[in-house]
Amino acid sequence: MQQIINHGDTETRRNQGISVSPWFVRIGLWLIPLSFLVVAFFYPLSRILALTLDPKTLTPQNLLHASDVVLFTFYQAALSTLLTLLLGLPAAYLFARYDFPGKSLLRALTAVPFMLPTVVVAAGFSALLGPRGLVHTFFPLSSFPFIGTLWAILVAHVFYNTTIIIRVVGNALASLDPKLEAAARSLGADSFHVWWNVILPILRPALLASSVLVFLFDFTSFGVILLLGGSQFATLEVEIYLRVLRLPNLPLAALLSIIQLICTLIISLIYTRIVTRSTIQTAPRSAESNIRKPKTLREKILVTAFAILLASFFLLPLSALPLRSFFRLEADRGQRGEVQYGFTTDYYRELFINRRGSVFYVPPIRATANSLGYAGATVLLSLLLGFPAAFALAKPTRLERILDPLIMLPLGSSAVMLGLGFIISYGAWLVSPLLVPFAHTLVALPFVIRTLQPAIASIPERLRQAAASLGASPLEVWKNIDLPILRRATLAEATFAFTISLGEFGATLLISRPEYPTIPVAIERFLSQPGGLNYGQAMAMATILMLLTVASILFIERFRLPGSGEF
Amino acid sequence: MLEVHHIFKTYEGKPLLNDISLKVDTGETICLLGASGSGKSTLLRIIAGLEESESGYISFNEQDLTATPAHLRDFGLVFQDYALFPHLNVHANVAFGLKMRRLAQGEIAERVANSLDLVDLSGFENRRVTELSGGEQQRVALARALATRPRLLMFDEPLGALDRTLREDLLNELRMILHRTNIPAIYVTHDQEEAFAIADRVLILHNGEIVREGTPADVWTDPGSAFVAGFLGLGNIVEGKIRGKRKDGRWEVAGVPGVFSVSCEHKHQEGDNVHLLARPLPVEGEVSAITGVVTDVVFQQDRFKVTLDNGLYVYLQIAPKAGEEIEVRIKVECLA
Repeated sequence: MQQIINHGDTETRRNQGISVSPWFVRIGLWLIPLSFLVVAFFYPLSRILALTLDPKTLTPQNLLHASDVVLFTFYQAALSTLLTLLLGLPAAYLFARYDFPGKSLLRALTAVPFMLPTVVVAAGFSALLGPRGLVHTFFPLSSFPFIGTLWAILVAHVFYNTTIIIRVVGNALASLDPKLEAAARSLGADSFHVWWNVILPILRPALLASSVLVFLFDFTSFGVILLLGGSQFATLEVEIYLRVLRLPNLPLAALLSIIQLICTLIISLIYTRIVTRSTIQTAPRSAESNIRKPKTLREKILVTAFAILLASFFLLPLSALPLRSFFRLEADRGQRGEVQYGFTTDYYRELFINRRGSVFYVPPIRATANSLGYAGATVLLSLLLGFPAAFALAKPTRLERILDPLIMLPLGSSAVMLGLGFIISYGAWLVSPLLVPFAHTLVALPFVIRTLQPAIASIPERLRQAAASLGASPLEVWKNIDLPILRRATLAEATFAFTISLGEFGATLLISRPEYPTIPVAIERFLSQPGGLNYGQAMAMATILMLLTVASILFIERFRLPGSGEF
Repeated sequence: MLEVHHIFKTYEGKPLLNDISLKVDTGETICLLGASGSGKSTLLRIIAGLEESESGYISFNEQDLTATPAHLRDFGLVFQDYALFPHLNVHANVAFGLKMRRLAQGEIAERVANSLDLVDLSGFENRRVTELSGGEQQRVALARALATRPRLLMFDEPLGALDRTLREDLLNELRMILHRTNIPAIYVTHDQEEAFAIADRVLILHNGEIVREGTPADVWTDPGSAFVAGFLGLGNIVEGKIRGKRKDGRWEVAGVPGVFSVSCEHKHQEGDNVHLLARPLPVEGEVSAITGVVTDVVFQQDRFKVTLDNGLYVYLQIAPKAGEEIEVRIKVECLA
């Protein structure tokens, strides 16, 4: 799951006036989260690093192979980013400048993929355009090879990340003072010069930041590449996975992990630099609105056509998935000539049956129970670890400024790498299903901390002082001020960690035990098996996962703090 | 020079500008004065070519500008929040219009220097506009508009975001610059002090129509309607009923605070409802005497604002005591 990048400037302003707790309290707050990170991240990281720096790893052959993989990873990420801009920029303009019926719904729709697990998106495109998909079955003549091509990867990446461009560039465009345009015109600039000399330069930071962010997500993408492209498209992530499970070569996997970590850190640094620098020169925001209804006929046609294009691009894969999960389009297994096309609930029913010779040793529906259990454990663990850290970070001292980047470091490492680290460090423990929530917590923790921290810091000391002056005891202050404000944030964060755990694919694929599959792992296994029944079950499972995720998103939306950011 | 002919514009079905016509002559500064929502900024945008009117047209030197897009009209525009380009420094902001006109580098440098000199900002060339104070930003905006030597300058509440002292200083500077450059100007504001200080002619806009037009002095002495008198804060507006004509030709009008005798040229009949303006400054001569009990006294630098129990307020040099009954002789005019 790919999510949240926090624009860190909002917190610092709010911290003024918050008293700092004594050092022993702060050390105490840090103790648990830091020990967790050492066990779950830094020790495994050091093992990977040690393996990488081994002379037997740094052979010319390995390095040459790694450089090939790096090049291809950059290539596909750059291509994906370009295509995302191609769709995202007109979409951003559409949302920032025009008012049309169904606009907010369409805007929400474009954001849905971003929250969906990669397996669901992969399953959706497969259900629509795959060899067993709807288009291939119903329009065999217009069908074209899609799954297993570079196009599948690129299209899925565009599907995922267009919302970033829409939000970041669109917001910049919408908040652009329309008077700047008016001023430029009155000074003699025609439309071209208004765009070239005024609007684009002002949008540049937003354009750059969103492009780098999209690039980062495309660079670290794993699920869609593995499931839609296949193992011939060896990006860093996919190659690490292959070198752990399919063609074991742990030193090479370790080397690739470290390269990947360095690359993502550099890209993140570039992103942070763009964001911090751009906040200095933002244009004065304007209350005046740029948004208007399309006026001329040409405008109306263009707006309608593009809105329909966007709607179908985002709606088709998402609706193909549940549709396909209820339709039998081919023989289940080996039944010749007696295939019944049409509506079926077989794929769902089959999930409850433990067939001999099937992919699992347990009824596949058990994967749902496993996922929910892991997700619950992840929620508990991440809140337990996230709260003390977020409290400490809400009133930062020098200690916090040193520890803050350490806490965020797992963000820069790929999920597959986390799995690799667990295998290298705790191989013998892999029997324990405990490792999965540990890995999920590692993925969720930076997000949990980053969103709890501003919520805690945003409670102004003045509120507490006002409550105290009105006669509230410290306990009553906590109960009546802090708690109600944090309750919403906590609920939102719990759901968020829950959603991340449900959809986590990369790390789980490496460390989950065969008898304890999660939903995404089950989907991957169904998809990699032959037979219509397996495919149908993959669709059914993916539909269940999609529903669970969407339910979580709706839940988060209800509890999101007002003004706590877009993503 | 600039002529505005019968402009109509509606906003969400309601008329925003209703048959507006006006004229600006060489070297003249006119001021559109009106409350927010009176359509004055829209009128400015229509003149600038940034918005289209539903009917009517704009002409300059007898030439119809309907087909001329904003960037070819050569009208300078200065906004309340300056609209400086945040990605350009002071020099590049001022040079923007000159670059659009593809002037030679040397010419651009010279004109930018001149403009910055005119607004007293020489030496600010390489500063970022976001680092400037509000007053400095507005000077840059003015320099930017002046640099292209436009044939008309338009100001949309240019000093609205500034504090009082700064506003007065800039207003004086602006008046001098406008006189020196002789560029005709339209100044839009809701602040009557600003309007009276800068305008050769004031046009008061209300409900999409020009309700009063004239020199500041004319408008001040004869507001012409209860709305204008109230909007300009000229004094107490009193509703009254005509009782009849006196032998000396003056009307006798009964209002809440008492009975007044008013001379006016309107045609009235007995029983007509009229609005009266009771100026708060006591005067000698043709006046009405009013009495009332003092309810409130406020010190206002060079005078006391005294409110009476009949609702009227007057300006006095010496403060009476609250509760005291006083008689004041003030001028009461008929507003029709």
